[in-house]
Amino acid sequence: MAYKLTYQEYSEALKQQKLLGLKCRSCGAVTVPPKMVCRRCASPELEVVALKGSGRIQTFTTCNVAPEGREDEVPYIVVLVELEEGPWLMGRLVGMAPEKATMEALIGKSVKMTKTGVFPGDKYSAGEGASPTFMLAK
Amino acid sequence: MRKVAIVGVGETKFSGPQMRTSVELFAEAAAEALAGSNLKPKDIQALFLGNALGDFAEGQGSVQAFAAENIGCFNIPANRYEGACASASMAIRDAWMWVASGFYDIVLAGGVERAATMGTPLATRTFAMFSDSRYEFATGLTFPAVFAMLAHLYAAKYNIPLPRLKEQLAAVSVQSYKYGMFNAKAHLRKEVDMAAVLSSFMVSTPLQLHDCCPFSDGAAALVVASEEVAWKLTSKPVFIVGVGQASNGPMASQQEFLPRLRARELSAERAYDMAGLKPNDIDICELHDCFSIASLISAEGLGFFDYGTSGEAWLKGEADIGGKIAINLSGGLKAKGHPIGATGAGQVYEIVKQFREEVEPERQVEGARTGLTDTLGGDGCTLVNIILQRGW
Ligand SMILES: [Zn+2]
Repeated sequence: MAYKLTYQEYSEALKQQKLLGLKCRSCGAVTVPPKMVCRRCASPELEVVALKGSGRIQTFTTCNVAPEGREDEVPYIVVLVELEEGPWLMGRLVGMAPEKATMEALIGKSVKMTKTGVFPGDKYSAGEGASPTFMLAK
Repeated sequence: MRKVAIVGVGETKFSGPQMRTSVELFAEAAAEALAGSNLKPKDIQALFLGNALGDFAEGQGSVQAFAAENIGCFNIPANRYEGACASASMAIRDAWMWVASGFYDIVLAGGVERAATMGTPLATRTFAMFSDSRYEFATGLTFPAVFAMLAHLYAAKYNIPLPRLKEQLAAVSVQSYKYGMFNAKAHLRKEVDMAAVLSSFMVSTPLQLHDCCPFSDGAAALVVASEEVAWKLTSKPVFIVGVGQASNGPMASQQEFLPRLRARELSAERAYDMAGLKPNDIDICELHDCFSIASLISAEGLGFFDYGTSGEAWLKGEADIGGKIAINLSGGLKAKGHPIGATGAGQVYEIVKQFREEVEPERQVEGARTGLTDTLGGDGCTLVNIILQRGW
């Protein structure tokens, strides 16, 4: 069975600000980030599709304590976004002052993908890591 | 399958950074468990040991083999379990399985961790390894951030104004500190009131320092034996009457099921079904309060309170002695501490000690017969529940 979308392929596209997902030929669900099978029905009959990279914030937090080696990044905002195509995706929210990140300002609000942030990696991470990066729409 | 009992238990004090090695910490807990079981090291047929981060804390992998030999259990099969904070509970569940199956009669299970020794920056980095390292860590995700996001989601989903949720969460921490203060084995032994919780350092919005459990060092151990052997060793065996375990992938994959944690609900259902019991049959519960919000999500997932209502239950004392269900009388992970690879064994230790009425009077429940442990690994990637019943 061919592996449709690997971590590396997904990440390389993400670095170009392109969000790739997998659409299930059996049930129609979209899976992102990639898995071997459909997140809903476990079918391996998947095709790679480009996603819009827009959705609504479901929840968020402003982190003030960083993992070792990432101290320079705080404070930063992590979000869970429900994409237009259905899946929830974790990412970073930029373009907002952390002290303005309240439930009223963020939950349910529309976001779109912007220039992808790349964690350069540390001695444990097996290289760099691109992460979906969002900003509030308009 | 045979009936399986816990015969003897042991536990170190949970604490900040220790000068003792993991092998030494486990030895203290194991010696207490063996002595309480009237057993010698040669009687132990296998060691199942939870240890999540020994590789990082002291550069020690395969600690189980060294721990076995160190206590005189020479050359026995020794397995290490890594399920993040649920590691020891996985070990206990497997010990139950091997004894229930008839393959072994007497197994030593437990866990050890030196999470405090790592210090906050390295501990924060290594704990984040229990989230998805490829797709979620790059965002800067930390463990507090996972539960902080669940807290905002909980407030939004159940329509609870955030200031009210914050009071509910503070009540959870205050109750845990109240009992930890009396627990001689607890890491944090101090009275903390609601004002102190709400004015503590903001770790990851909306969770503050007193919403978060500490990084702890410590170990716990228990002897698991067949019913026949158990009655020969003790007049107070505690039977394992139900176990459940389940797994889940990255946090975001749970989608709209959040802030509930699917693996917990599946695991708990399996444990209840095996035991033939329901949530209202449980007298005492040690649940996984790595963060205050985790207590609310757990108490609801375990069926003690309706979704979105457990914060009010805590405020009303419904999760306290004399309430609907007595939760975390040990002080929980919040005050007793969280040496992650040992935590599940520490929860079982507490329930056994409660049944035997051997805990400090300020936190002793009278007449408890049935107890439940709930141990969560990672951001819900591993869940284990164990239901215990006093045998006498
Ligand atoms: Zn499908």
